[in-house]
Amino acid sequence: MSRQELLSPEGLRVDGRRANELRRISCRASVLNSADGSSYYEQGNTKVLVAVYGPREPRSKALAQHDQATINVEFNVAPFSTSERRKRSKGDKRLLEVASFVKQTFEGAIQTTVYPRSQIDIYIHLLQHDGGTLETCINAATLALVDAGISMVDYVCACTAGFIDQKPVLDLNFVEESSIETPDLTVAILPRSGNIALLQMESRLHSSKLDEVLELAMEGCKHIHQKLDQAVLAAAGDLATKLSR
Amino acid sequence: MLRNKSFVKRTRKGNIVRTVKEHYLRDDIACGYESCKHSVCVSARNEAEEQGKTLVGGIHPATPLSASPRNSVQWGPHYLVPDTNAFVNQIDILERPIINDVVVLSTVLDELRGLSMVVYNRVRAIVRDHERRWFVFSNEHHRETFVDRAADESPNDRNDRAIRVAVQWLGKHLEGASIRPVMVTNDEDNLRKAAADGVTACRMEECLGVYKECPELLDMMGSVNITDRNATDSNWEGYAEYLSPVQIQAGIKAGILMQGTLQIAPYNYLEGSIFAAFPDGKERRVLVIGRKDMNRAIQGDKIAVQILPRSQWRKAPSAALVDEDEDAVPDVDTKTEITQAAPSVPDTDKTNEGRARKRARVAGGKLGNSSSAATTEATEDGEEGHEELGEFVKPADVEDDSVDGEPTGRVVGVIRRNWRSYCAFLDPNFAHKGTKASNAPVSVSVLAMDRRIPKIKIRTRQVDVLSGQRFVVAIDSWPKESRYPHGHFVRALGDAGDKATETEVLLLEHDVPFQPFTKNVRADLPPEGDKWLLDVDRDQITSGKRRDLRHIDICSIDPPGCTDIDDALHAIRLPNGNFQVGVHIADVTNFVKPNTAMDKEAAHRSTTVYLVDRRIDMLPELLGTNLCSLMSNVDRLAFSCIWELDQDATIVNVTFHKSVIHSKASLTYEEAQNRIDDPSLKDSITNNIRDLNMLAKKLRKRRIDAGALTLSSPEVRFRLENDSQDPVDVEMKALKETNALVEEFMLLANTSVAAKIYEHFPDSAMLRRHPEPPAQNFDNLQHALKPLDIQLETGSSLALAQSLDRAVLASDPYFNNLLRILTTRCMMQAQYFCSGSCTPEEFRHYGLATAIYTHFTSPIRRYADVMVHRLLHASIDRDAVYGSELTDKIKMNEQCDVLNHRHRMAQQASRSSVELYTNLFFKGKTVEETGYVTQILQNGFGVLIPSYGIEGVVYTAARDAAAPSVLEYEQEAHALVSPDKKSEIRLFQRVRVILQVDDKPVSANVSSMRRKLSLRLIEPMIAGLSIEADELKALRAAKKTKAANADEDGKIVELVAKHPEQIQTI
Repeated sequence: MSRQELLSPEGLRVDGRRANELRRISCRASVLNSADGSSYYEQGNTKVLVAVYGPREPRSKALAQHDQATINVEFNVAPFSTSERRKRSKGDKRLLEVASFVKQTFEGAIQTTVYPRSQIDIYIHLLQHDGGTLETCINAATLALVDAGISMVDYVCACTAGFIDQKPVLDLNFVEESSIETPDLTVAILPRSGNIALLQMESRLHSSKLDEVLELAMEGCKHIHQKLDQAVLAAAGDLATKLSR
Repeated sequence: MLRNKSFVKRTRKGNIVRTVKEHYLRDDIACGYESCKHSVCVSARNEAEEQGKTLVGGIHPATPLSASPRNSVQWGPHYLVPDTNAFVNQIDILERPIINDVVVLSTVLDELRGLSMVVYNRVRAIVRDHERRWFVFSNEHHRETFVDRAADESPNDRNDRAIRVAVQWLGKHLEGASIRPVMVTNDEDNLRKAAADGVTACRMEECLGVYKECPELLDMMGSVNITDRNATDSNWEGYAEYLSPVQIQAGIKAGILMQGTLQIAPYNYLEGSIFAAFPDGKERRVLVIGRKDMNRAIQGDKIAVQILPRSQWRKAPSAALVDEDEDAVPDVDTKTEITQAAPSVPDTDKTNEGRARKRARVAGGKLGNSSSAATTEATEDGEEGHEELGEFVKPADVEDDSVDGEPTGRVVGVIRRNWRSYCAFLDPNFAHKGTKASNAPVSVSVLAMDRRIPKIKIRTRQVDVLSGQRFVVAIDSWPKESRYPHGHFVRALGDAGDKATETEVLLLEHDVPFQPFTKNVRADLPPEGDKWLLDVDRDQITSGKRRDLRHIDICSIDPPGCTDIDDALHAIRLPNGNFQVGVHIADVTNFVKPNTAMDKEAAHRSTTVYLVDRRIDMLPELLGTNLCSLMSNVDRLAFSCIWELDQDATIVNVTFHKSVIHSKASLTYEEAQNRIDDPSLKDSITNNIRDLNMLAKKLRKRRIDAGALTLSSPEVRFRLENDSQDPVDVEMKALKETNALVEEFMLLANTSVAAKIYEHFPDSAMLRRHPEPPAQNFDNLQHALKPLDIQLETGSSLALAQSLDRAVLASDPYFNNLLRILTTRCMMQAQYFCSGSCTPEEFRHYGLATAIYTHFTSPIRRYADVMVHRLLHASIDRDAVYGSELTDKIKMNEQCDVLNHRHRMAQQASRSSVELYTNLFFKGKTVEETGYVTQILQNGFGVLIPSYGIEGVVYTAARDAAAPSVLEYEQEAHALVSPDKKSEIRLFQRVRVILQVDDKPVSANVSSMRRKLSLRLIEPMIAGLSIEADELKALRAAKKTKAANADEDGKIVELVAKHPEQIQTI
């Protein structure tokens, strides 16, 4: 069988997007009542639910740091998230990897020194999987952290980009990222400063092409920033109407 | 950026999983009409322009559809919108350059991908050619033309509806321009629904009626739905129905069915086989014998096979051909022959390639006898009785060395067809049927030049024209009621027997792309053309990336008349007594950049093909014979491999550079040899060559000590007469010392480069390996050598080389050479591979006795070398820019498959070309020559004639097929012995034969369609076989008069194709 044509000569991808287009994004903050902050985030068919607890007392004294808060990230994948049901154990290295990436990303963005001797828990649950797990997790976590009112330096916005048929391609879906030869670059930036909080790539990409791929991904991050901003404003508006009632 | 609607689409794959994919619908897709005023189309056009896709010859690539398309009475100006089946069945017609302004819907393209990648690629190729003005309309992603599948609708019906909706939308959209899109379909239901929806639709026939100036288009119509009324064969009850794809999938999964690619035996087209992976992990051959069991599968089809009951397995490793036409053809020369080495697998047995033999009875080394023929025939007859004969065997129960023989199977379904177009000629027995009514289409059977393909039925209006011609046909369908597949005429090639026609046939049959380079490819040539000059800045000499070696005395040594000079050499004596030796290879990759049209074309062609009178270039001539060719006295870019060698020619160190050289002399082998031999010459070039020669001898000695094989193959060249290019004389190619000189350094360069690229790209280096031949390959040869007291040691290449050296007969100086020729035929084929796909132990090159090897030295004529150049450049230059083409293992493996295929095909094509010319040369001539027996067949023997390098068969069977053979095959001695035991023919025996070309009229019988060289025995004298004295006298007399005529033939011009280095190509 032939390999799938990921980018047609007409410039359309398998799902009908052009190379520089993001998938549809919809998100909402404050979706769970019990959590301090929460968010539901969809990017195409990848759907994530995030709950943030904290800052609160650390579960064990050993975790407490005297000068800053401890960030704890737990990442779970729902067994029904892919069409083939697969249960993952808690120690699955893939899950731990994503969790640790998210943790590292937010350690730089959250002003941890404001909350010494406390713990911030970020619980991420992937409900449906269609590529771009890490980017959606980071975006959703940002929204939930903002919802929880935790002080941060800036939003953290993440986006992926790949390189197909000599062309940089934004926001890969599952089909695109599972083709082995497609390099898959995830970038998280702090949009106001433009600083990069996370840069992670799978597969190989020639260094001369890195710049254009990175640039495209950062362009995507800026778009996502707007989306997140709108969601925060909407949540704030909701709250305001509730309060004024 | 556009916002989009989303919805979900379900697909199934493998074990029925629901996958959900996003599908965005857009409203920014242009209609393709070049002067459309709709804002969407205008902005799409502008956007494309901004991206640099500018006008090509007045045609806008983004919107190519013409404003003034073809005008017809019924539709006015119109665009054609063919449906999927129109493409699948009529691609040959649509490919004709007359058919322009076609809209290809993405629905249709998606369906095509699923149905036939071949057709898909052909459609894509037409779309790429902007001058054809074809346009792909992405209707599946267009908001207004997308349709959802209705609850009770089949996927096919949905797609048909999608096509109608798209045509309807285009119609509305183009109303203002008064251009009408016309749907082309031959589906009744679809036509009816189109009429109901008010969509303009027509059949293919009607649509072709518009092209009045090309009436032959109608002849090319595929005959899918045409049921042949007189096709019903009284003694033919039809083939078994195929299983459904779902059943096949399930059967394969459950281990009841086996799948594989059908390979037809070259000597018997009713015997096929597949290699299938059995449940115990082993690959085994499953034979498919007879028309019924083969059930409409054709060479190369991927099929599903059910294993037959054990009682029907084949016991003897031999096959008899049951000839298709035994009843129909008046068979004058029903010759049965036996190939000596029973080619157990047609495609791996290179000794037999191109020697497809009709009506062969194969005597295997062990069990061959004529009763095996009966076995196979019995199998064929017994087919109907499958069910009663026993249980079908489950693949899991199949074991090796089973007493029941080799498993056989029957085809229960075809997973993927591999039909291509075939060169064919009219079956002379059917040619003259019903030719009276000249204009009505007649149904005739045609025979493919490829003997593995069954007869094809076509309908044509031009029977008279076609008889005696070669033409291309394509297969459309094979209904189960019909004994033979149905096809259609594609185009005529010319008269049979004509040199140009036959050359084209052999190119087509060997799948050699020989069309002139397209405009897109030529656009990638350097803009300066042949005015190209070295530019020190552009070519990175000032930046130091390219070394300036113009001051060194470099020269090239090639065969006479060589225009594509790949390589040049130099040697300098260093102060420390060592030598600096450089091999400079044309820097092709400087001009051929990855992923350009030229690169893709070169990758597709993979190799330059050398025919006797023609060369089919891999790269455009400007590069191959000018800018890249390392001619003398001009600055040329090169890729240099420079060693420091000590007095013993041991490598002290090696470096690689991109460089620029200025060759001081381009010599022929002969000129170089003369310089070495002439003691009065003391100039630096000559001294260089002498040093090189000295080093080369040392290198060669070391290589041979390590076990490199010196093999040989009979090669001839033709001196061609000036104008008509009819060959006038055949001569063997002579090897000079300087040939060996160049070869030695090329081998050294190749090995050094192989090690370097493997070090840097352990997973994706392009290498070449030559597997060790299994000992069984030598069985027959060993057997024949026994009476001569010679034993070949096949344990290692060194042992083999040494035993070959010892195998000398004082009585016959040619014997050793002959033995080497036969040994060559026992070898495996060398092949390109990607280093990530083999273990390092498998890298070995058996023939050259090196641990690692690649091809680096001929980038002008081999694509493998181009890839190796890129890999080497990336290895030495940290800043080199490269993409996945050098690192992607999968792509690399795919490319290797293409290279190996093309390489094999190119060799066969060259050989066929030589064969063609040999036949032309001997046409009308009668020659007496000495030959050697190289093959013992059951009813004949093969004879090699060293002075012409040709091989033919002397038949022992009498002309009358019913009479007994003069000589009987004897198993024990592997020889042919006369009944009275007085005379015998055995391997290596010296014989005298007379050579003639069968020159029967074209329509006499099928086998004479290919003119064949016929040999007749003179000595030893065997009654009933050798030519009688009287006849010989008459022939000799005739020969003399002819020879006198031949002397009057005009000037003799030597035209010799440059042949690849002999050893490297094994």
